[in-house]
Amino acid sequence: MTVKDTNDRGAVLDIRRLTVDFDTPTGTVKAVRGVDISVSKGETVAIVGESGSGKSQTMMAAMGLLAENGRTKGEVLYRGDDILGLPAKRLNRIRGAKITMIFQEPMTSLDPLYTIERQLCEPMVEHGGYSWSAAKKRALELLQLVQIPSPEGKLKGYPHELSGGQRQRVMIAMSLANDPDVLIADEPTTALDVTTQARILELLADLQKRLGMAVVFITHDLGIVRQIADRVYVMKDGEVVEEGEAESLLTSPKHPYTKMLLDAEPEGRKDAVPDNRPIVLEGQKLSVAFDIGGGFLKAPQVLKAVDDVTLTVREGQTLGIVGESGSGKSTLGRALLQLLPHQGRVRFSGHDISNAGKREMRPLRREMQLVFQDPFGSLSPRMTVGQIVTEGLLVHEPGLSAKERDKRACKVLEEVSLDPVMRNRYPHEFSGGQRQRIAIARTMVLKPKLVVLDEPTSALDRTIQKQIVELLRKLQADHGLTYLFISHDLAVVRALADQVMVMQHGRIVEAGETEAIFEHPVKDYTRELIAAAWQNLEPISGN
Amino acid sequence: MTSTTDERDLKAASAVRGRSLWDDARDRLLANKAAVTSMVVLVAVAIACFIGPLLSPHDYDEVYREYVKVPASLEPYPRADQVTPEIESVLRRARVTVDELTVESGNFTARISSPRKIDPRVTRYIDRSDLFENAEIYDFSADEKSATVRADVKTLYFFFGTDSNGRDLMTRTLIAGRVSLTIGLLATFVAIAIGVVYGAVSGYLGGRVDLLMMRIVDILYSLPFIFFVILLVVFFGRNFVLMFIAVGAVEWLDMARIVRGQTLSLKRQEFVQAAEALGVDNAGVLKRHIIPNTLGQVVIYMTLLVPKVILLESFLSFLGLGVQEPMTSWGVLISEGSRNVQGAAWMLIFPSIFLTSTLFALNFIGDGLRDALDPKDR
Repeated sequence: MTVKDTNDRGAVLDIRRLTVDFDTPTGTVKAVRGVDISVSKGETVAIVGESGSGKSQTMMAAMGLLAENGRTKGEVLYRGDDILGLPAKRLNRIRGAKITMIFQEPMTSLDPLYTIERQLCEPMVEHGGYSWSAAKKRALELLQLVQIPSPEGKLKGYPHELSGGQRQRVMIAMSLANDPDVLIADEPTTALDVTTQARILELLADLQKRLGMAVVFITHDLGIVRQIADRVYVMKDGEVVEEGEAESLLTSPKHPYTKMLLDAEPEGRKDAVPDNRPIVLEGQKLSVAFDIGGGFLKAPQVLKAVDDVTLTVREGQTLGIVGESGSGKSTLGRALLQLLPHQGRVRFSGHDISNAGKREMRPLRREMQLVFQDPFGSLSPRMTVGQIVTEGLLVHEPGLSAKERDKRACKVLEEVSLDPVMRNRYPHEFSGGQRQRIAIARTMVLKPKLVVLDEPTSALDRTIQKQIVELLRKLQADHGLTYLFISHDLAVVRALADQVMVMQHGRIVEAGETEAIFEHPVKDYTRELIAAAWQNLEPISGN
Repeated sequence: MTSTTDERDLKAASAVRGRSLWDDARDRLLANKAAVTSMVVLVAVAIACFIGPLLSPHDYDEVYREYVKVPASLEPYPRADQVTPEIESVLRRARVTVDELTVESGNFTARISSPRKIDPRVTRYIDRSDLFENAEIYDFSADEKSATVRADVKTLYFFFGTDSNGRDLMTRTLIAGRVSLTIGLLATFVAIAIGVVYGAVSGYLGGRVDLLMMRIVDILYSLPFIFFVILLVVFFGRNFVLMFIAVGAVEWLDMARIVRGQTLSLKRQEFVQAAEALGVDNAGVLKRHIIPNTLGQVVIYMTLLVPKVILLESFLSFLGLGVQEPMTSWGVLISEGSRNVQGAAWMLIFPSIFLTSTLFALNFIGDGLRDALDPKDR
């Protein structure tokens, strides 16, 4: 009922019966099929859905930012005027000034060649009619508004000198420059660490309260929705399947899809492994250092990515390594697998493999495998799935015939719940979740003992994450695998790990049994991480 | 258990074939009108060059002394006004007098006489001319001092005219095309084969090996190309094979740098790291991951390299360092044509049309491939 009321009050942005079609060589793809979305002044609306649900394309279409092969139909009313399909020149008076957008990837949205000041001021001078000196003053105000530490210094800096969270703050500052009516935020926190994410969300909520603009928040994370949104639209396959007040929609969802999304939190805990199992992997006083700069006349500078880390993993155990980006957790994983030179000792099933050469490592590689975070980058685009999955066999069982390898590929694809019929397809024909299954199949075909999972679920939707977690759990039970699970996602780690190790700046902050760490964290840093993660999740896990 | 394996075999048979990135690229390329037209042109030129000389009635080195620098024409030679003077001059050379001459279309009959006995071998004088064939002599008078000769007029077509030695320009242009295209393709192939392997190895191994390999490239870069070719020619004489070795040996340097750059960014990709974590050796990573992923760039560069090599060969031939007479290439023909441009423009025009249309076609295909292989909207 209240939804109707806000509509009548006059929405700032009102999208009516919007459809988006893409012409592709294989036919027309209907990305958005008749969507109605409206936002009023001072309101935060969240559009929720999994990737491919058309939530981003809806807003891109409204802003006239579609790819060339996209076609739109319907109406996009901004203060009563239809802006859909306006010529770029007239659209630009609204777009970027009155309706602004911030994107997911803060690393690539800023031009590395110009200072922050220049990038903030340029649109104000070009579009806002500011003089350069006025624009500079305003830029400083904006940076103060988005709470960047020491804004004067940051103005003269270049994008690479800022952290991911700071860049996202700059992007927000940029979008606020011309006093927008509508701010569209397309997954603005997905690429950030949990603690940074929490701070950015606080900032957005605070800014909205102060400036009174409308915010459209596109996300796949229902935890965020609960925290920030007034109303929610749930999208699936290009349609809005459910809409309503955030509170009521999240507590009593009606559509099964919404229920499924709400239920997508990884569940269960891992059963403890007895202490008498043999030790699979042992690292003693591991350190990894990178040379960064230095040269002829300057003293060499060294970055200690991993600093004096000791760990033990027993057969069948899962060790979760958590920490923010830059904490050295991925570097540690690679050093343990002897993919990076390191100091200290590593023992694998009793063999000392510290800094072993490629040749010595080859027979052991079969037993220790690695799964990567990015399911798009970790599969070679020019090979078929069958070739990718069986590549390890070429190395470790060179005697196998092509037919035999093909059979193994079928078997392992079945094991990760993919149809073996798909094995002659190429990676770009699969979704993110399916690709991650392929990446897991690639390691499973060799029947390894130890698998290092480097953020295997971070790039995936919550529902897919849950499936991958289930799959990993099943594989561990079936084959007695030992996992080293690297992640910044505490919910997933809690569901999978026996032991947890918290890392910061390359050092171990805290380590111990999973439940002990999560229930009674000792160190401040651990508490902060847990607080940031569960701030989003608490209301849902309360369900 | 057996039933599941059977099922699996069945599935193996009916496995879906995926669309590779190459398939997508091919579709995009075929949608590009300029590129498709160019491919048709290129194929037509290639077929003409390789099959045309076999069908042509003229050999590329056959000299027609009577037809030096005749203009391009669709009409057959000899022309009507050419026949009578030629008959007279031929028979004068045979030391006989023409008493009566009838020229019909396609043949002539002449009553000849001589103060001495007429030797029947007079016909050889007639046959020796490029204008006539099947000469016969009959109707000798009793004293054998007069007789009748007849011969067919040989009709010849020179669609592109002839050059300054009286050789058919069409056949020569097509033969030249063979040489130019072969050098273009072979030299490019040599350059790419060396360049891709060298660049990929250098980029992938990195460190000291990379440093050393790239310094070698730098040193080779600093050698002046023409100087290098002159040296080769001085040592080994002028030679067709030498041409593309020389050109290929210089052009692979660019290729090596391009592929090295690509490799440097590829080896940071996770799929390469994944292969390393699987224990794949260097050769396997290069063969399965690095090189296939650089091929897009390589193919594009190749279509740009072929015209470059053809031009280089033309340039060398123009300077007189290229292929040797009577063998020819487009560069040689154009160089000859440019010397005769005032009197015999066709000698420049026809080879130039072939060369430029081939270069145009290759460049358009290169553009099309670039668009097809890395589309921006992806």
